[in-house]
Amino acid sequence: MNFIKLLDTLSNKELMSKEGSRRESFDQFKNLGAKIAMASIPFGLAATSSKAKAATKSMATAAMMADEMDVLNFALTLEYLERSFYQQGLAANGLIPSEDQAVFAKISQHEDAHVDFLLTALGDQAVPEPTFDFTGSNAGLNLDPFNNYDQFMALAQGFEDTGVRAYKGQAGALANDNDLLTYALQIHSVEARHASQVRRMRNEKGWITQSSNTLPSAFAPIYGGATPESNTVQGGVNLSGMFAQYGGDAAVTEAFDEPLTMDEVLAIGGIFIVS
Amino acid sequence: MKNKVLKMPNPVQPEINKRRQFLKLSGMVVVGSGLLMACSNDDDSSTPPDPNVFDLGAGNLGILNYAYALEQLEAAFYQNVLDGSYWAGAPANEKQILEDLYNHEVIHREFFRTAITAVAPNDITPDLEFDFSSVDFSSRDSVLGTSKVLEDTGVGAYNGAGKLINANDAAGAAYLTLAGKIVSVEARHASAIRNLLSPGTGSFAGDDILVGIGTPPAFDKAVSPSDTLSAVASTNFVVTPFTANNLPTS
Repeated sequence: MNFIKLLDTLSNKELMSKEGSRRESFDQFKNLGAKIAMASIPFGLAATSSKAKAATKSMATAAMMADEMDVLNFALTLEYLERSFYQQGLAANGLIPSEDQAVFAKISQHEDAHVDFLLTALGDQAVPEPTFDFTGSNAGLNLDPFNNYDQFMALAQGFEDTGVRAYKGQAGALANDNDLLTYALQIHSVEARHASQVRRMRNEKGWITQSSNTLPSAFAPIYGGATPESNTVQGGVNLSGMFAQYGGDAAVTEAFDEPLTMDEVLAIGGIFIVS
Repeated sequence: MKNKVLKMPNPVQPEINKRRQFLKLSGMVVVGSGLLMACSNDDDSSTPPDPNVFDLGAGNLGILNYAYALEQLEAAFYQNVLDGSYWAGAPANEKQILEDLYNHEVIHREFFRTAITAVAPNDITPDLEFDFSSVDFSSRDSVLGTSKVLEDTGVGAYNGAGKLINANDAAGAAYLTLAGKIVSVEARHASAIRNLLSPGTGSFAGDDILVGIGTPPAFDKAVSPSDTLSAVASTNFVVTPFTANNLPTS
């Protein structure tokens, strides 16, 4: 399965959901639950017995299996992209100044390990590595990140912030598999450590204020989306205006990172994927 | 900075001189130096857990109360940082980072306070009292070193709590997303503080804190509430005692 096939699979799923398959009904239930929670009651702490939880979980496990594979392949595609990017960056003579070598060597080592981990987890279900073009020609860009350090840093920030939002967006899809959910969370926060580091090296804050950034405008979707980084509504509570003495709405948006949907991430990643 | 609090703390004052025996029961997670001191001279073993000591509770509410307790700890720490002489004389970039962290942790704390109060006003973690006398707020190493521990602890705690959230509950999926929204900010904090302590190195995501999963270190830890709270208890930062005897464990 290549990247395009992954896209196909995902759009087929959307069709399936319109036909109301059992699996998609479950997804709709989950989405509905989330929407209700976000829109009306801030927190409904309905008591559920552990027996009921176990029963719901075992029902869900079989139904969710295929989706989990898709999520892992989605993650693998992102990790392939990051691995390729940093390996090429580190191999480019004179690109990364000596004082920054240790940072990028560390990030690269992590992305290698994330790819290896996901390949092991997926076994023969793993998608092969796509062909990447980091000039961004798919979006009409003409970048040269392996000769231009500013561009390399900007893309690194974009990839890391996208990675954080991408993993976050899939947490719900992994919620019924404790192990996979935990592994994904363990990667997610490492991507956030990377993002914070690269952002500060670029003289941005380590956290995201509103949806503002210093990346080329083609990368605005990295901080936008259905739930943009500028979102101030958390758990149904609009926090806007509540923290005037604590950095105001800017700090509110910094204090919560936001998810991207799979489609939103694939649109961003697609800028760099040739085939 | 002194009065930068939304609400004056109103810590529940347990009767710490009263005899307590429940530490003798096995498997309990007890946080709070006040309680531990009160227990040290105790040799009676016949009464049940003290109803005056708050327990975080069960299910998703318990996890929210757990997160709220940790956010109280972090916010209180940074309030002390901003009241301290190290912060007052720190370079501008360090002042900004620490002030941002303070703001973020207050926002996290107040968010949990508001959200939990809305649904369980009688079962919310009380305003905890803290004692940071072991931290030297005039010392860069002491301030940043403590910050590093707290932020790394927060990351591991949220990562470990994710699977304990029952996402099939009415609002469970929203809780899981919220935990995800907060944990990555804690990780951004940890990265920033670590880089202040060891600039230009791999420390921001260092091998000293990451673990491998059949790979070299490349994953944050996922730490159980009982291990996290044991670590928190060992700092003696928390004065107000509370227990965590009913949190989900899987």
